Amino acid sequence: MRITIVRRIAQGFFFALFLWFCICATQGQSFWRLRGWPVNWFLQLDPLVALSTALTTKTLYAGLIWAVATIGLTAVLGRFFCGWVCPFGALHHLFGWIGSHARTVREKIALNQYNKNQRIKYYVLLALLVPTFAGSFLKLDGVASSTLLGGFLDPIPLLYRSINFLILPLADSSAHFVFAAQRHYDLAWLTALVFFSAILLNLAIPRFYCRFVCPLGALFGLIGRYSLWRIGKKEAECSRCGICSARCEGACDPQGSIRISECLLCMNCLDTCKDNLPGYSTSRSAGGEIVSPDLSKRGFVTTALCAAAAVPLLRLDGRLGKNYDAALIRPPGSLAEPDFLDRCLRCGQCARVCPTNVIEPDGFRDGIEGLWTPRLNMRAGTSGCQKNCTLCGHICPTAAIRPLSLDEKLGLGKFRKAGPIRIGTAFVDRGRCLPWAMNKPCIVCQENCPVSPKAIYVKESYALVRDGVLEVANVSGTTVSVVKPALKAHHFDTGDYFLSLVAGGVSEKRRILSNSKDSFTLESALSQDRASAPGGKFLLLIRLQAPVVDPERCVGCGVCEHECPVSGQRAIRVSAEGESRSRKHSLLLD
Amino acid sequence: MRERPLWAVTDNQSLTTVFTMDRRDFLIRLAKAGAMVGGAAAMGLILHDPKGPSAPATPPPTRLPDFSVGQAGQKIAIVTGSDRIKTVDAAIEALGGMGSFVKKADRVLIKVNAAFASPPSLCATTNPVLLAEVVRLCFLAGAASVAVTDNPINDPESCFSLTGIGEAAKSAGAELILPSESLFTNITAPGSTLIRDWPVFTGPIEKATKLIGIAPVKDHHRSGASMAMKNWYGFMGGRRNIFHQNIHTFIKDLAVMIKPTLVILDGTSSMVSNGPTGGSISDLKETDTMIASTDQVAADSAGALLLGKTPKDLPYILKAQQAGVGTSDFESLHPIRISTG
Repeated sequence: MRITIVRRIAQGFFFALFLWFCICATQGQSFWRLRGWPVNWFLQLDPLVALSTALTTKTLYAGLIWAVATIGLTAVLGRFFCGWVCPFGALHHLFGWIGSHARTVREKIALNQYNKNQRIKYYVLLALLVPTFAGSFLKLDGVASSTLLGGFLDPIPLLYRSINFLILPLADSSAHFVFAAQRHYDLAWLTALVFFSAILLNLAIPRFYCRFVCPLGALFGLIGRYSLWRIGKKEAECSRCGICSARCEGACDPQGSIRISECLLCMNCLDTCKDNLPGYSTSRSAGGEIVSPDLSKRGFVTTALCAAAAVPLLRLDGRLGKNYDAALIRPPGSLAEPDFLDRCLRCGQCARVCPTNVIEPDGFRDGIEGLWTPRLNMRAGTSGCQKNCTLCGHICPTAAIRPLSLDEKLGLGKFRKAGPIRIGTAFVDRGRCLPWAMNKPCIVCQENCPVSPKAIYVKESYALVRDGVLEVANVSGTTVSVVKPALKAHHFDTGDYFLSLVAGGVSEKRRILSNSKDSFTLESALSQDRASAPGGKFLLLIRLQAPVVDPERCVGCGVCEHECPVSGQRAIRVSAEGESRSRKHSLLLD
Repeated sequence: MRERPLWAVTDNQSLTTVFTMDRRDFLIRLAKAGAMVGGAAAMGLILHDPKGPSAPATPPPTRLPDFSVGQAGQKIAIVTGSDRIKTVDAAIEALGGMGSFVKKADRVLIKVNAAFASPPSLCATTNPVLLAEVVRLCFLAGAASVAVTDNPINDPESCFSLTGIGEAAKSAGAELILPSESLFTNITAPGSTLIRDWPVFTGPIEKATKLIGIAPVKDHHRSGASMAMKNWYGFMGGRRNIFHQNIHTFIKDLAVMIKPTLVILDGTSSMVSNGPTGGSISDLKETDTMIASTDQVAADSAGALLLGKTPKDLPYILKAQQAGVGTSDFESLHPIRISTG
């Protein structure tokens, strides 16, 4: 079998495997649900994820150790990941092939010559890595030292994000094979713009993203410089027909001095050369090699300095301090904001796995650094943050969201003293709440509060209905007739209305069972003597239960906000005060 | 005299090609232009809407099917005991056996309460063991199919899986119907001032020939108690929470709209506080009672006692009675009382 066929099979296999992991990341009992499938495996293989989180956190979290294998293999074999494993690379490969289909061999050869702009990806890599540690050298007051920006352009998080936030929700919207209900994610336009631009640019230049943008490819280029096996010509002299470049994926000039750091190991040159000159072996190319990427000192220094300045620049807005966004509710178990930003890859796995679709990508409201990071939107999704669920922390590949046990989340067992994990606190907006603002019974929030005892309790009161002071004509038994017939028939028979007689300094209340235009039927009779006493006033009252939040009990799950019948801006909303992850955002003394 | 060129067109072959007036060419163009004009005029006339959109129309009142079995009459059985399988078996048997409700080839729909994503031990939802037993009885009576459904408050998939209802239904051979938009129709209920042009979970209802409601007995702050009649809330879609403003009338309207074959009210462990979500074992009280009835008002009236309430404390019970749904004086139905020990 030809080596290129083996490569295609590998690409197809890894791409299918990647898709399979994307589909599997749903909680459930079937074998194709989250049943131990290593759904993060591609993220864990990604050495840029490992390197950048290692730089920000000085640790290598759990499965990220897989990256060591990738680095090791790359050091020995070269950029095998790009040509054989990378699922995003497989997509680029496919679309580049489609785009080149109608081109003549001459055009293909011209298109696949090394382009000086391929160095850009090394600058991209530099720009994404420098902010992970630059702050440690700059003593900056009030701006944290590092941030993880790799996820923006690292192909693996980018592809996970595009599948999670875009492709799966669209593809599944009529079949409902993966999700029971339609998933909604904010910022779809930007996710789509990035993803489809990357894909469609292949039609202009094959492997556009891989050649010019991909920071992971750049990293592999650096790691693979000294690889033991490499592509090269067996003899220095050849016909210089250039046919080996016709299908060269990396644009690494195999016909002349091959650029090792650009070679993706697509092996196409082995296939196309009539004289069978290119080979993959341990010897260096007879045609010469260019091992290092052609970076200029000036470009390197400029990029590094600009990137170093980015961290303090991004944080001049003070969002990590007093100016924090109180509407930014992070998933339960999320680290304090600076630590969170040190780890979050923007891969969207937490939002993908969330059973209620309450986690969605943040837009521009929290600056560039907030882009695509998870935030809880209580209005969206099927029901706030589910009490008995800790999936987001368990899927997070970098522990930006800690994997909580259910006991820790709920504050049970040995976590009883620490109390439950709070993601915020609900606040009643008394200007919008039906009982508080409009004398209408409701307490849907209280009903749905999942905490026991409930974090929402009610203040009971009897409020005077508008024009509710009545002059009474006659009282007989349970029937009360009023003088001015201005009643809407049956309006007061909801079970929430009461008639109160105030006489002689005491009041008596009776529930109204029904009413006509000029009389009420009460649940039981008023004491006759008091009812007929002169100067007696009758008050038409409505019994109200108004919700009050107990901040000691509220965990900020947002089920109340989700269920609040005031459907626009909810009358009860969760904001970040009281969240466990930040002592600075404490609300209560204890 | 040279003919004057009438117009010039550029094309790929030569820079300028000059056409001259020619009858054939003119007639062809005349036909094409005529077709264009005629087509535009025809489309315009076809699509022309002089009035514009009218105000949204309320759908005409729709009566949902009546699932009650006429000859069964108003009956109620109140069975005490802590084993749900034993008590429900005894209760159904006392009402004449499942065979008197479910006939051969019936398609039975069971409306459970799966409102919350909480484990069965907290009794906030229909008990899965009880459900499986009722499904078994239905099949035993000859049912062609049994479907289990609810439109829960929390995430539907999580609700059905965490409550154990999904697994219980499937292993007993019943079909699980999760809510999806296509299964809802906007309905105006006859006689209701509240259920107007509102999405109702009609999909499973339309397919069924018999309807059984299985609900737990629970404390409910707004309405007083959540039992058999309140369980029909789960047939509503949309932002149904606005009905809490007039909850008693609404529950009455639901009871008028839904005419079940049978309701089963599970008061084995009643949620006496922190309802209807509960969340802790301490919110429960062992009241060891299973109620089955063809009269949902009677069932709820008997259930109210388990929560230390009387039908008078629950305005929706009196309203439903007044609307002719059933009787709050369940003793008048001569309840069959059994103890399974």
